[in-house]
Amino acid sequence: MAFEFNGKTYEADEDGYLLNLEDWSEDVANYIASTEEVEMTPAHWEVVNFLREYYEEYKIAPMIKILIKAMKNKFGPEKGNNAYLYELYPSGPAKQACKIAGLPKPTGCV
Amino acid sequence: MAKEKIEAPKLTGKIETPRIQPGASLACQHHKANEQFLTGLGYPSSLVENWQEKAIAKMGELLNKYKSLKLYLDICVRCGACADKCQFYLGTGDPKNTPVGRQELFRKVYRRYFTPAGKLLGNLAGAEDFTEEVLKEWYVYFHHCSQCRRCCVACPYGIDTAEISMAAREIMHSIGLGTKYVDEIILKVFNFGNNLGMQPKAIKNSLDFCEDEMKEAYEEKGIMDIDVKIPMDVEGAEVLLVVPSADFFASPHIESLLGYAKVFYQAGISWTLSSYASEAGNFGMFIGSYDGMQKVASRIGQAVRDLKVKRLVIGECGHAYRIAYSFWNTLIGPFDTLDKRYPIPQHICEFTYDLIKRGALRLDKEANDEFVVTYHDSCNIARATRMGDMPGGQFEIPRSIIKACCNKFVDMPQETIRENTFCCGGGAGLLTDEMMDIRIKGAMPRMQALKQVIDSHGVNFFALICAICKAQFTKIFPAYGLSMDMVGGVHQLVSRAIVLGAKE
Repeated sequence: MAFEFNGKTYEADEDGYLLNLEDWSEDVANYIASTEEVEMTPAHWEVVNFLREYYEEYKIAPMIKILIKAMKNKFGPEKGNNAYLYELYPSGPAKQACKIAGLPKPTGCV
Repeated sequence: MAKEKIEAPKLTGKIETPRIQPGASLACQHHKANEQFLTGLGYPSSLVENWQEKAIAKMGELLNKYKSLKLYLDICVRCGACADKCQFYLGTGDPKNTPVGRQELFRKVYRRYFTPAGKLLGNLAGAEDFTEEVLKEWYVYFHHCSQCRRCCVACPYGIDTAEISMAAREIMHSIGLGTKYVDEIILKVFNFGNNLGMQPKAIKNSLDFCEDEMKEAYEEKGIMDIDVKIPMDVEGAEVLLVVPSADFFASPHIESLLGYAKVFYQAGISWTLSSYASEAGNFGMFIGSYDGMQKVASRIGQAVRDLKVKRLVIGECGHAYRIAYSFWNTLIGPFDTLDKRYPIPQHICEFTYDLIKRGALRLDKEANDEFVVTYHDSCNIARATRMGDMPGGQFEIPRSIIKACCNKFVDMPQETIRENTFCCGGGAGLLTDEMMDIRIKGAMPRMQALKQVIDSHGVNFFALICAICKAQFTKIFPAYGLSMDMVGGVHQLVSRAIVLGAKE
């Protein structure tokens, strides 16, 4: 299921996850976020950037606890918790944030 | 696209049998497996041209191979005892989600091509040609079955719908038709050793992080000499622990992993995980693929040999334990090198319970005093396995562990627990976003039973021993207006209660 954005066609899976990592850009991320009704703030970008850096190294998104810790170190305990991540990404930080970060959807019993 | 919000049934505490609504869940369909996944598993890359002929031939092959399948198809008297036992019927009202309705999709094709009456009289004998329409219904409704076998307990003849749905999925795969969710995952296990496709370096990083977290938490309490390790790939360890890979990644799964590690630490028994056999789950069973199941399981047999362990223990994963308990000996056995004094394989709950019974663990129940706990029996463990050496051990042992760790425990109504337990609504390949509608509706009976004990006893912790259950309930609790923080593992409770260090 491809989608069109700014005159370019992007290959995506049935749920709108980009198929090619290199297609990702901040503009595309903003576009995907808009289809998810997420408005990107600096805190949203912090999550997306962390996921992308982690993926680069480990070829998978981090487990949620690692992400929470990273947010805690950056923004303090009020924002370093699961509830805050769900505030940012109501459909779930793992799946929705991965989608906006241009990473594949995590598979398995998650 | 932002999805429409799915309306969850209202929580009333009552499980009501719905009015029949034909086709109510027909639209809820899995994404299909693409060429890459199908060929990766050795199936045709897409629906083959002569699919009808191939499917009937495959059905004939399975009828010869599995006598039970033929028996189940022949003996149903349509008494209807199963009809209101399926959570997917109770949640949707779709008559093809009753077990007998689901079986009938298979049975009418079987009659048409394999029984004299069906061959001769067709429709009059309840037979039907295997048409494209019928195949479409097979694809929908055999993937709406979570293979939980609740109907099998209600059936006076013991007809096992799970076996029929596995056969249907096997037939569909043989003609190039599968679901993306399950097939992609099986291929990931073939290639990487686990459902998530996690590479050893990523697993190691998660484990290191968990070790640091545990150490920090103890240090915050002023306990400086406790350093719990989560070892991986240690040759010569006493125990190989195989867990669902979600335990390395997801919440609340990870909390149980910490619990296992603390139990091993306190017991002083050397143990290891394996980066090669990094998945307890085995989705091969969901599609009735014996070969797939064997290939997935073979990694565990290999790890037992490579790491030269003496014992094999399974973490909190429902269908994994069914496969371990019922199939491993045939698939990857015999386990001649393992210590015969212990169950082969052993469930982590048996392992922990044994230590509790022997007084080897100190458990501070007050650490869980903020919780009123109930326990959901996972379908595969409840109806396809045994723990310990007494009948019903699979029901008693997890409850005994919880009671040893918590002051406040209450069971949900009897008709919804133990062998009568409901499926979480996410089993056997349903745990994917596009199936959210039926996942939410299929969870209805369990949610109503839970609602009763929330109202009567203030239950606020829902304890589980299955990775699929954990992921499913974490997702659907909010749809029912409940907090996902209520969902957790049995060993999560152990992790909080266990007192580490030398005995006083």
